[in-house]
Amino acid sequence: MTAYQIWFYIIASMILGGALLAVTARKIFRAAIALLLSLIGIAALYYWMQYEFIAAVQTIVYVGGIVVLIIFSIFLTHNPGHTIEEPVSIREAFAFTGCFVGFAFVFSLLNKYSFEQTGDALNNNMQVADVGRALLSTGVGSYLLPFEAVSFLLLAAMVGCIVIAIKTRTK
Amino acid sequence: MIEQIPLTHILFLSTALFFIGAYGFLTRRNMITMLMSVELILNSVNINLVAFNRYLHPNIDGAIFTLFIITIAAAEAAVAIAIIISLYRKIKSIDPEQADELKF
Repeated sequence: MTAYQIWFYIIASMILGGALLAVTARKIFRAAIALLLSLIGIAALYYWMQYEFIAAVQTIVYVGGIVVLIIFSIFLTHNPGHTIEEPVSIREAFAFTGCFVGFAFVFSLLNKYSFEQTGDALNNNMQVADVGRALLSTGVGSYLLPFEAVSFLLLAAMVGCIVIAIKTRTK
Repeated sequence: MIEQIPLTHILFLSTALFFIGAYGFLTRRNMITMLMSVELILNSVNINLVAFNRYLHPNIDGAIFTLFIITIAAAEAAVAIAIIISLYRKIKSIDPEQADELKF
């Protein structure tokens, strides 16, 4: 086993361990920290696949943005050290069975299907300049229109958040 | 380098992450932890896109899709947290089963 493979299994266990803790922890703050661990692991996985730009975006947006937002909202809505009550056991049993059956089904499908690797795909390496060119040009393989649509969506989401969360003055 | 790990291992990882997120979404009764589970599900989709792009596709389209999904997930999380905070002001709870009225 080479170092490259060992790194993959370390990253995978970090992602799955963090995710399991995030959905089962009884303290909500611990769940948020476990989610942070899992998201950092996913950024490390992108780095492992040599997509450094995506790894950087993942770190900035998820780890630096969304998790901080979640922790803020935990502090706004809970006492620190609040313990979540146990889920109803019948609901937990149904959810576990459903998820396990779904996982087993997808696992068996993936095992049966062999993905053909193409030689030149393995040697492509993504330059940041390619991303910029793809986002800001028109034509085949470029994404100017979705880029503009997403920037509009962000503006709309920002205005929407302010409108929803603003405190209405009561007279 | 990367061919030492087959593509299916990464797909197993993302499948496991997806179903862990689905399990959390179904069992939790707290809007913030449900939002965290949705983030896990979205991330498993991103892992799939990047892995298929890395192993099978000689272009960078999958990575661009991932960038768009990350952007939309950030917008979604911000709106969701605004809704959670405004709901908490009205009913002093973030249990989705307490929020059983359509209009206040």
